[in-house]
Amino acid sequence: MTRLNLKVNGKSHSVTADPQSMLLYVLRNDLALRGPRFGCGLGQCGACTVLIDGAQARSCVVPVSSAVGRSIVTLEGLGTLDHPHPLQKAFIQEQAAQCGYCMNGMIMTAAALLKRSPNPSDERIKQALASNLCGCGTHLRIVRAIKRAAREIA
Amino acid sequence: MNACPQSLSFSRRRFLKGTGVLVVGFSLAPLTAEMLHAAAPPVDLGMATTGNLDAWLAITRDNTATVYSGKVELGTGVKTALSQIVAEELGLPLAGVEIIQGDTERTPNQGYTAGSKTIQFGGVQLRKAAATAHQALLELAAKHFSVPSSQLVSESGVIRVKDDSSRQMTFGELIGGRRFSRTVDAHAPLKNPDDYQVVGKPLPRVDIPEIAVGKFMYVQDFRVPGMLHGRVVRPPNTGAVEINATLESIDDSAARDIAGFVQVVRKGNFVGVVAQTEWAANEAAQKLVVKWNSKPGLPDQSKLYDVLANAPADEKVLTNQGDFEAAFTRAAKSLTAEYRWPFQTHTSVGPSCAVADVRNGRATVWTASQGVYQLQGALAELLGLEPDHVHVVFVEGSGCYGHNGADDVAGDAALLSQAVGKPVRVQWTRADEHGWNPKGPAMMMRLKGGLDEKGQVAAWEYLVWTPTHVTRPGAIGQAHNLLAGQLVNRITPKGPMLGGDRNATTPYRFPNQRCVTYWIHTDNSILRPSALRGLGSFANVFANESFVDELAAAAGQDAVQFRLAHLADPRGVAVINAAAKQAGWERRARSAPKLTADGVYAGRGISYLRYENLNTYVAAIAEVVVEPKTGAVRVTRVVVAHDCGLVINPDGLRNQIEGAVIQGISRTLKEELTFNNTGITSLDWATYPIITFPEIPEVEIVLLDHPHEPALGAGEPTIAAVAAALGNAVFDATGARVRTGPLTSQRVKGVLTANAGAMSKSG
Repeated sequence: MTRLNLKVNGKSHSVTADPQSMLLYVLRNDLALRGPRFGCGLGQCGACTVLIDGAQARSCVVPVSSAVGRSIVTLEGLGTLDHPHPLQKAFIQEQAAQCGYCMNGMIMTAAALLKRSPNPSDERIKQALASNLCGCGTHLRIVRAIKRAAREIA
Repeated sequence: MNACPQSLSFSRRRFLKGTGVLVVGFSLAPLTAEMLHAAAPPVDLGMATTGNLDAWLAITRDNTATVYSGKVELGTGVKTALSQIVAEELGLPLAGVEIIQGDTERTPNQGYTAGSKTIQFGGVQLRKAAATAHQALLELAAKHFSVPSSQLVSESGVIRVKDDSSRQMTFGELIGGRRFSRTVDAHAPLKNPDDYQVVGKPLPRVDIPEIAVGKFMYVQDFRVPGMLHGRVVRPPNTGAVEINATLESIDDSAARDIAGFVQVVRKGNFVGVVAQTEWAANEAAQKLVVKWNSKPGLPDQSKLYDVLANAPADEKVLTNQGDFEAAFTRAAKSLTAEYRWPFQTHTSVGPSCAVADVRNGRATVWTASQGVYQLQGALAELLGLEPDHVHVVFVEGSGCYGHNGADDVAGDAALLSQAVGKPVRVQWTRADEHGWNPKGPAMMMRLKGGLDEKGQVAAWEYLVWTPTHVTRPGAIGQAHNLLAGQLVNRITPKGPMLGGDRNATTPYRFPNQRCVTYWIHTDNSILRPSALRGLGSFANVFANESFVDELAAAAGQDAVQFRLAHLADPRGVAVINAAAKQAGWERRARSAPKLTADGVYAGRGISYLRYENLNTYVAAIAEVVVEPKTGAVRVTRVVVAHDCGLVINPDGLRNQIEGAVIQGISRTLKEELTFNNTGITSLDWATYPIITFPEIPEVEIVLLDHPHEPALGAGEPTIAAVAAALGNAVFDATGARVRTGPLTSQRVKGVLTANAGAMSKSG
């Protein structure tokens, strides 16, 4: 076990963890965050997605030691109920959820996409989310929500 | 830490036992502070048909209605829809209704949240309770103001005397914090649907904002103080209905070196490890060396359908009208076909998770179970406790689509907690969920059909081989329907013969028809079978509606026209016509496949069903393109016409239908569990691929609203229509009839190649 400093959602946190353990576990269990979700532990489904230095990352396969000194943003860091990020607002407006478990990964991946490509086509959005899984079949609403957010940001 | 277990476990029932009060009429006695806080008068719970109004709802002094719902939110939006039903009957805004879900000490036993029955049955129960409560409030106000209730107006939680605005009281002032102490009146006056303000409106879901900002608590987020983390180490024969392994030895020397290791737990063939952190529990489970004595327990997957056909089974005749044999012999044209559907699994993105606290002869268990009362009995037997001492609390999880691991993981957590005497959280891994949750069972269907000279169906036979689709933990004495119970007690799961015959009987007016189910004994069902969205209707409608299509083609008739010619039910006719109109269906007999300008085959297919032959009506039309070289199928458009009677929330309904179409495409084109002699080998998303964003088609939905008809379930019916619509579209496009699911490119290509071979031989 090692003492590590992490910068999450703009704040510095000191945690004691096995440096080889995955970032997701520290975010959820040590920092009590609910945005990043455990889905597969294999980097296959995207439910655990966070932004590391602005780029999307699957926190279930990122050793916590490699996240030290970098800027980590989770769903909580994007916005709040009172001040939601345009993507969060758009997901609410489009009712883009059934169980909602995958939504974190969809929003965080879309946040990274909109930084690279502020006005993406449907096809571009679908390609960007091709490795984010949704079991309930909410895909159409998710694409609509991302387009709506892109319009609002632009 | 949002969840406080003490407040969650506040016992309405225990309070009742403590008071022993029997109240007749309205009790205006003030309640204790604790009860006011909970807004929950003491009531007798647990009876499926509780007639006690106080078991269903309470009004707080601040004029909100607290609803106690045995039906729970599984991601389908029912929490919002049920709130709408109650808000409507009480005349409260949606924000004035709070729902408490699935809790053996707080909510009535409304059975499982399953089978598309939450709105259809649970909604009706809540509607009657709300109507009874509203009637009681009117009577209270009439007494208070000394006017007949016909002189009262009720609006937005306030009852006032007509033409006298000085005389008014809120619901909260009339009854807040007190019991109604009356029985639910099945004949309480209900609002006229023409006057609905809340029901029928596409109101946004109450839970989505918190999900979007990471505040929402799933069971995976649930924590209690002093909680440890557990993992279960499973035997060979992953997912088999019969786990034949016997534990030989455990070497925990490497696991003990993990920082945070607490204890290895063994009970019978159940092996688990408990640690201080989730990560340490993972590591310790991996380092545990467990030796099993077991033999390969599964057949070769290539022999799957032979095994089903030859398994011991009980024959049950579902329908037998006219004389099938004679009509089939006389037929001008006859066809026979065998259809097959493989094992499929729940695609819950979040693996199951539960927290259990078993100490001092009492247990509290938090999990995303579809039936807290049913799980209570099974856990009581597993733990050797009185059912009254087992408190099961529903906490929302990832979408489940039926009986996934939510009950099993509760059993795992409970056994581990009992062994260590502290609360334990168990988070299943991806491999646990894919490998060990109960499976939608493989099925086989054999059909015969005969056409008369006019091209009408004169003879129809449908035979289906299926195990039960329900091995849920049901009641006391069913611990073996939990994985942990099976490992401890060495009893295989059991279930009544249910679900496999869903939509087996044809909905059409065929004069001579027979339908028989061969119920394969659960022990012979290969993988552990249970409920997956739609149950047997998925495979049965695939076979029924594909074979109708085969007969239409053999008769040289248009597929829509052929169905309409055999259908009497006007609501069935209406959905078929509505789908055809929306899709721009051109009536024609099937023509020879032609390549489009893009070098692909294109086609359309229709499928129709009435769910369970007595509920929601669905017609689906799919448009596909098929790549001739590879056989790859791409769905470009799906149109659904849907009639579920009264619509509670049209946007929630559309969301369910869209989801059913998309999940249906995934199951039809991609999903198939693989297994070898020692168990399931589809243990992650790479080995069990599901639909991805680039594969999503346009979905168009036509809702046929019937506000004066009963509201029918809508979570499942549409998914049952998808496989046949796709299969029929592939046939229309290519002439290839694919009768085994899923319709992978390899299978489609195989049939295309075989057809081409047959053509060249005959040509």
